[in-house]
Formats: sequence, structure tokens, C-alpha cells
Amino acid sequence: MTLDFSRNLDYFWALLPEIVLSVWAMVVLVAGVSGRHRPGQRTDSEGDPDFGQGATLGWLALAGILVAGFFNGWLYGVTEVGHTSMIAVDHFRLFANWIFLLAGALAILISFSYVYRQRLQVGEFYGLILLAITGMMFMAAARDLIVIFLGLEVMSISVYALTAFNRRDRKSGEAGLKYFLLGAFSTGFLLYGIALVYGATGSTNVVAIGASVANGTARTGLLTVGIALLTIGFAFKVSAVPFHMWTPDVYEGAPAPVTAFMSAAVKAAAFVAFLRVFLVGFDAATTYDIWYPIMWWLAAITMVVANLIALVQSNVKRMLAYSSIAHAGYLLVALTAANATAAAGMLFYLLVYTLMNIGAFAVVIAVSHQSEERLQIEDYAGFGWSNPLLGVLLTIFLLSLAGFPGTGGFMGKIYLLQGAADSGLWVLSVILVLSTMVSYWYYLRVAWFMWMREPVSEGQHDLVTAPLPMRLALVASVALILYMGIFPSSALGFAQASVHGLGSLGGGLLGLRP
Amino acid sequence: MVVASMILSALLFVVGTLGVLIRRNAIIMFLSIELQLNAVNLAFVALSRVWGIEGQIFVFFVMTVAAAEAAVGLAIIISIFRHYETVNVNNFNLLKW
Repeated sequence: MTLDFSRNLDYFWALLPEIVLSVWAMVVLVAGVSGRHRPGQRTDSEGDPDFGQGATLGWLALAGILVAGFFNGWLYGVTEVGHTSMIAVDHFRLFANWIFLLAGALAILISFSYVYRQRLQVGEFYGLILLAITGMMFMAAARDLIVIFLGLEVMSISVYALTAFNRRDRKSGEAGLKYFLLGAFSTGFLLYGIALVYGATGSTNVVAIGASVANGTARTGLLTVGIALLTIGFAFKVSAVPFHMWTPDVYEGAPAPVTAFMSAAVKAAAFVAFLRVFLVGFDAATTYDIWYPIMWWLAAITMVVANLIALVQSNVKRMLAYSSIAHAGYLLVALTAANATAAAGMLFYLLVYTLMNIGAFAVVIAVSHQSEERLQIEDYAGFGWSNPLLGVLLTIFLLSLAGFPGTGGFMGKIYLLQGAADSGLWVLSVILVLSTMVSYWYYLRVAWFMWMREPVSEGQHDLVTAPLPMRLALVASVALILYMGIFPSSALGFAQASVHGLGSLGGGLLGLRP
Repeated sequence: MVVASMILSALLFVVGTLGVLIRRNAIIMFLSIELQLNAVNLAFVALSRVWGIEGQIFVFFVMTVAAAEAAVGLAIIISIFRHYETVNVNNFNLLKW
């Protein structure tokens, strides 16, 4: 099927996964409020003892993700006429969609028991996750800065609400307020950047911007300020240093499944949009000279600072927050490199990162008794010997986050380094390797506590449970991580095919720097 | 005309930014953010004199999104007010600001 966007109806076909998902989110929402069982009235004797009545809605939301995934797969058979429309129908978008759908599915699977124990309103919770995924998919699909802005806001507003979701918990509200204020603040910068880029080039279409920049009609002054402001806006969303101040607090205060979801998926969405705007819109050599130094320093500072601060964290959720900032630094290296290898490496890394990060958070949720307690590193003392299976899984996730050979995280870093080497970013590559070595310390410290320390008290880990949906998520992520670590070529080939043709129309960096 | 409007919009944006950075009342901070968004709206309207109607259309999107954001933001502020009985961010001290 070929889509010609001069026929307006064809936008419907191009947006089918998004449409399905947003309608499904409404259905989940309505089903949630119209259910007979309100969270407050529920007793433990009703429904499944692990998740009560909320499980039905959880499975319903998962079904929605499956259906959206089906249409996402269907889009592989669809081509577009010209590659300039507002909505892109290319494999880059579809690969990114797989990441978001996977992250959403895993986040829903690990939150079944959590939302029940915390007595959260399930309908709204799952509905908001689906809406956030819709926004992310719009960001991946957008070839227009305004669509990126709308997708970003659909995603962000859902995630603000999710962060503040636990109204009984002060921390959650505080994290929500902080995330909301700083997120909206950064959106202001992003939007002003869009306005200035529009003023400089006369268009908000990324391809048209690329063309205007390449033939030199863009006004350099406005464009430079616009690019700087866009970078600030995106850097906030991917939580790069020095725009990371909100990240540790928000990740610590938000409900744990939400933290897992947003540390993986929100970052992935921001990076995907970041990549498309900068590699398609601002890829002319003159523009690259403007943003290359900014990006270089952002990447370098992010990697160094985040890894150093992570060393001294005693709260595991906070440690993982700094780890997620550090991973944003690694991904910024790929963005600085701005070539096809790095772009494919970034997609591969985002996929692996989603799996290993949500996996690690799943075990953290299990250890914290499906609530917000027992998050200090001492609470992991002797955990490995009392729950060998979960212990081994968490060890694998941590090793993968650190980049240990044999795991997907290692292959991901190799591809990022390869992309950096292709552009001759030697100093940045060295910083990446050195900061990775530093990161081994704080990841392995948790593993050390798990396996080498005696439990603080008798029966400390007796109440740790991992219900069936969580086990499904854990098994799926660990299997994929090991598969991508040992046989990386299929996933990498898929990623490389996905970035093929991404920047071909701008005729810039992706073509010039193979 | 366009230059003058752009300068005004830049000034408004700076005022909004300073407001967020300096004021500690969550509602005032949020108002400052709205001021930033309106600075952007002004820039879009001014630029559409040069580049055509597109810019004015974006203003509608921005206004819609700002309204949605206000709804969620005020809800969050109310929910935190119930815990602390204040909206001054210096008093929220469970997480380090």
C-alpha cells in the first residue's frame, strides 16, 4: 500500500497504531471508572489475591499494546510518496515504536501487584501509560516540529500525572510537582527554539528546514539561538547534565513502575525525536559546526558527572536514576557522532537499555515488597542467597547496565563506540570507556551486597514476591538481553536497516560521513 | 514591526524564565511558565507576517496544550497542597530541590 499525503485520508492509515492506542486508552479509562469495584472498598478476599480486580484492566491494556503492535507491523508493508510529509512512514519510526510498545508492555506487567498493594486507580494508571506511549509514537513519527511538540506534550502530561499518581504519598506528589514545573519550563525553551527555527527557515517541517539550511537561505543568527534552545529543551527531557537536576528526585519519588517506564521510554522518545531533528533538519555541515561542540560537551559532562555522583548513592532507586543520566551521556555520544552507524547503534542501545533498565527496576520493586520501602542498598544484603533466581536476574541486569561482555549492554556500547570512531571522536570514546569502568563500581556494589553480605536480620527477604506477570516481564527481558549480547547481529542488522534512508533527503551528514 | 515584536517576545520570555528561577511559589512559577508560552505565541504571530499563516495556526496548538498542561499542573499543585498546606516549594523537603 502506498500512501500519498495529498489525500488527507491517508494520514488515517499512517497513524493507525497511534489511533488504536489512544482509543484503547480511553476504553481502559472508562472501564476503570465504570467498574463496580472501587479501590477503597476492595478487600483481599475479592479477585486474585495478588492483584485484585485490577488485573483485568491490566490485561486489557496489554491487549491494546498488542493490537497497536500488530498495526505497527502492518505499517512495514506501507510506503509513502515523497519523504517530506508531516508524518513519517519509515522504518526508523517503526523501530522506535517497538521500543515504546515493549517498554509500555513491560511497565504494565511489572505494575500489576504494585498498583494493587498501593491501592492506585488502575483504570487511570494503565490508561495514562497507553496515552504516554501514544505521545511517544507521535514523537517518533513526527517530521514536523509542531507534531514533535504535540507528541512531547501528550507524553509529558501523561507522565506528570503518573509521577504524582500516588496521592497518599507525599514523595510522589512532590516528585510530580517538581517534574511538572521543570518539564513545563523546558517545554517553554523547546517551543521558543521551534519559533526561532521557524523564523530562520520559514518552515517547521524538518525536511524543509534541512533544505533551507543546506542551500544557505536560513538566517544564521536566529538559527543558532534556535538550535541552542532546542538543545536545551531536549537535554531536559533526556536528562543530560547540567539539565538533570530533576531526574534523581523525580525518579526517587515517583511510583517505581512509573520510574521504570519513564527512565526507559521517555528517554527513548526524546532521543528519537532529537536524532531526527538534528540529523535530518540540521545536518548541513555549517549547522553541524554550530551544534557539534554543544553536543560534545553535553555528552562528556553528562558521562563524567553522572557516573561520579552515582558512586556515592545509597538509595538504589536514586542510584539507578544517576545511572540513567549516565546512559543518556553514552547516547549523546552517538548523537555527536551523527553518522549512520551511530544512529543504528543508538536504536540498538535504546532497545537494550529499555530491557535491562525495566528488568532491574522490576527486581527493585519485588525487593521493596511491591511498594516504596526497602530501597537502601543494605536491604539487598544476602538477597542473592535467599532468592537465588531474582538475585541472578538482578545481577545479569546490573552487569548489562555496566556493559559486561556477553550481555546486550556490552554490544550496545561497542556499537556506540564504533559510531564515535567512525566520526573520529577519540576523546569522547575514551571518556565513554573510562566512565563505564567507573560505573562498574556502583553496579557491582549492589551485586556484592546481594551475594557477599550476610542478611541484616533473620527472614529479611521472606516477603519478597514476584507474581506471574512480573516473572513474565523478567524472563522476557533477560532472554532478550542475553540473546542480543551473544547474537547481536540480527538486532543490529534490524537497527541498521531501520536508519537506512533516514537522512537521505537532507543529503547531509548521514550520507557524507558513512 | 516584526523586529519589535520579536524583541518584546524575547523580553517576555526572559521575564518568564527569571520568574521561574527566582520565585518560590509553585503557582507563580507556573504563571511564569505560561508567560514563556505566551512569549512564544507572540513570536509565532509576529513571524507569520513574514512566513505566512502557518505561524498563527501553531498558536492555537500551543494554547490548547497550555490549557491541558494547566489542568494537570493545578491538579498536582492541589494534591500536594493537601499534604503540606502550602505551595511554597522551599517547604517541600522530602526530596532535595
